[in-house]
Amino acid sequence: MKSNVKILRMNPNIFITWIFIISISMIFVSLISAYIVKKGEPGGLIINLPNMFIYSTIVVVLSSLFKQIAYFSAKKDDLNKLNYFLFASILSGVSFLILQYFSWGELVNSGVFFVGHPDGSFIYVITGVHAFHLISGLIFIAIVLFKSSKLEVHSKNLNLIEMSTTYWHFLTGLWLYLYVTLYLYN
Amino acid sequence: METKLKTTTKVNVDHEEHHEEHHELGFIRKYIFSEDHKIIAKQFLITGIFWAVVGGLFSSLFRIQLGFPDLDLSALSPIIGNWLTPQGKIDAEVYLALITMHGTIMVFFVLTAGLSGTFSNFLIPLQVGARDMASGFLNMLSYWFFFLSSIVMFISIFVEGGPASGGWTIYPPLSALPQAVSGSGLGMTFWLISMAFFIVSALLGALNYITTVINLRTEGMTFFRMPLTIWAFFVTAILGVLSFPVLLSAALLLIMDRSFGTSFYLSDIYIAGEALANEGGSAILFQHLFWFLGHPEVYIVILPALGIASEVIATCSRKPIFGYKFMVYSILAIGGLSFVVWAHHMFISGMNPFLGSVFTVLTLIIAVPSAIKAFNYIATLWRGNIIFTPAMLFSIGLVSTFISGGVTGIFLGNSALDINLHDTYFVVAHFHIVMGVSAFFGLFAGVYHWFPKMFGRMMNNGLGYIHFWLTFIGSYLVFFPLHYIGMAGFPRRYYSFSTFQAGNIESFVDLNVFVSYAALITFAAQFILLFNFFYSMFRGKKASENPWRSNTLEWTTPVNPGHGNWVGPIPKVERWAYDYSKTGSKEDFIPQNIPYSKTPESNLPDDDQH
Ligand code: HEM
Ligand SMILES: [Cu+2]
Repeated sequence: MKSNVKILRMNPNIFITWIFIISISMIFVSLISAYIVKKGEPGGLIINLPNMFIYSTIVVVLSSLFKQIAYFSAKKDDLNKLNYFLFASILSGVSFLILQYFSWGELVNSGVFFVGHPDGSFIYVITGVHAFHLISGLIFIAIVLFKSSKLEVHSKNLNLIEMSTTYWHFLTGLWLYLYVTLYLYN
Repeated sequence: METKLKTTTKVNVDHEEHHEEHHELGFIRKYIFSEDHKIIAKQFLITGIFWAVVGGLFSSLFRIQLGFPDLDLSALSPIIGNWLTPQGKIDAEVYLALITMHGTIMVFFVLTAGLSGTFSNFLIPLQVGARDMASGFLNMLSYWFFFLSSIVMFISIFVEGGPASGGWTIYPPLSALPQAVSGSGLGMTFWLISMAFFIVSALLGALNYITTVINLRTEGMTFFRMPLTIWAFFVTAILGVLSFPVLLSAALLLIMDRSFGTSFYLSDIYIAGEALANEGGSAILFQHLFWFLGHPEVYIVILPALGIASEVIATCSRKPIFGYKFMVYSILAIGGLSFVVWAHHMFISGMNPFLGSVFTVLTLIIAVPSAIKAFNYIATLWRGNIIFTPAMLFSIGLVSTFISGGVTGIFLGNSALDINLHDTYFVVAHFHIVMGVSAFFGLFAGVYHWFPKMFGRMMNNGLGYIHFWLTFIGSYLVFFPLHYIGMAGFPRRYYSFSTFQAGNIESFVDLNVFVSYAALITFAAQFILLFNFFYSMFRGKKASENPWRSNTLEWTTPVNPGHGNWVGPIPKVERWAYDYSKTGSKEDFIPQNIPYSKTPESNLPDDDQH
């Protein structure tokens, strides 16, 4: 008779991060589905997606890369490199936001407005909500950077940086997904 | 670098050890901003009770309007003066606001936060054998977001123009245009803000419930040894994580439409002969987003109640729950299917009839796991050694109402029938019996059953019986006649029927009067419970550790479990939760922490299956 059965366990913090990610995904899945259905209706707008999106995509992928390097550095206790790359990922994250802002300008110039036909409004809302989450990710990295400047992030204390790295990669992946879908259903 | 690092290295303190050191917390940290799941559970319960009273009062008011449309309520004007017309009748727009707030309060604030919030919080750590939730801090935040949301919703009742009044489903364009009805002004804005906080609260709670169930189970607590309460709370939390964000999207787009002039839900609208500028949106989009949450939401409401009933029925029948694994699979099936039936709320929204029939089939399939659960409850009761505690009565009552209400769901699920029944009182009867009454019964059963563990005292049984019979009979008298009123074609959410001149409407006026009387009496009966609850908290008979002779882990804690729940180590789990009346055993129950090695007289060859 088995009496001592092993129980499946994960680090609760990482686990919570994943569930959090799933629930955020649901926001975007619902918005994107609404957008796809809307685009399927006759009489919509023809929209030229801003070229700026290409640059912001490159920047956000770079940012994820920096974040991963920062994580590896923490694992190897290379704390200088850690701070350096955390900072780099914040910097590239902010640049991404700025580029997104410019791409909104590009949209306005091409005659697609936030207030107007929903086809256009959706693009603003979807990118806007993504940017909002990206800001929360930036704040998270800033907290990690603050902790690491007090030498509290290292190979024996990886929880926080692991959570923020997971979240950051998710936001990058999310952007790629959004971009591809916006592009395909245009 | 290296040396510096060593001095500052923090070793992760193991969760277990952390609790051993005893520190007294101040009053504020202990009772107000508490991170203890038991205190948070009580906070949810008390707030839920407050809202239940408010929601009940509102329904009494509009039942008065429906039953006695000519009554002069001027006597109440000191309290609700500005809700009355000069003739002392409830104002027509106030009526709409009352039903809207009643629905919102009952569905979200009472039966979601009050029920799940209370019992998931209270029971998950206690029954899986954990010192507390995975994150006490997030758990505390979850309550305080709920509190904030409650405050905002409460204030909305008093703002200029009154609270939201487009129904709890807040369909646009009604809710999107302040010109449409006065409740769509400031009241609607408050509603949306409040619900945004509510969603955050629900998500934080669900995050914790899921993580705790997966990661903090005690040694030996395999998934298939978990009590059905835990399974129910667990699946409920998963439904919440997947569906509440969608409501957030729906609300977000509505906020954009209301405050920034976008047209997600608006198109071709004329107000007083003048066309609005909004072009290209679709009100149906909102219905899809809303019901993608809305249908799972009704199972978020009922699953915890069913979980509670499983536990109480097994304990008080002194029998193992019938078909434990089928119960688990049914919960999972209901959870899964609840995401693919939402459009049965939209059969008459102009949906393609073919799509309608797809949703009809999917909807009818969900009746199968629901029926399995009902049969299993009955089979558990069958030839049991039934002990009729108030909790048991309410659980049996739940089985009854869940069946009567589920049956009418099958009618509504057929798109062809629903064309007639949609938006009539038939729907109101359906969901009040299957969701409202059943979930309330689950809540009551939970309160009566776990009161001893919550407050260390027993509730009064006699008052419990009176409360049960009045509530049980009363609920049927309120909601059963509504089916007939609905089949006769009375639409829901109408202020007055006396001006109707269709068919033999007069013959239903009596029925409406009857329903109103029944509703008022049933509502009044709830004060018996309230009295019992607060009186027993201070004066009730002292409880023993395990008053119901139950198997689950929470009954192995002290009468008043402290922070950390168990003094000494957490018990190990050695068996499933339902070893009641096992052949050969002296006692008619064997708690989960008793190893098989201590019960050779009752062991069966296949015991390690559990
Ligand atoms: C046997 C399974 C069930 C079936 C087939 C079913 C079917 C339906 C259908 C088709 C409707 C839409 C009626 C209309 O608006 O015209 C409906 C409404 C509703 N059902 Fe059920 N139902 C079932 C069980 C439940 C359960 C278990 C709950 C809650 C615990 C529930 C709660 C509701 C609510 C709240 C509404 C009305 C929402 C509103 O319009 O305000 N139903 N049901
Ligand atoms: Cu439904």
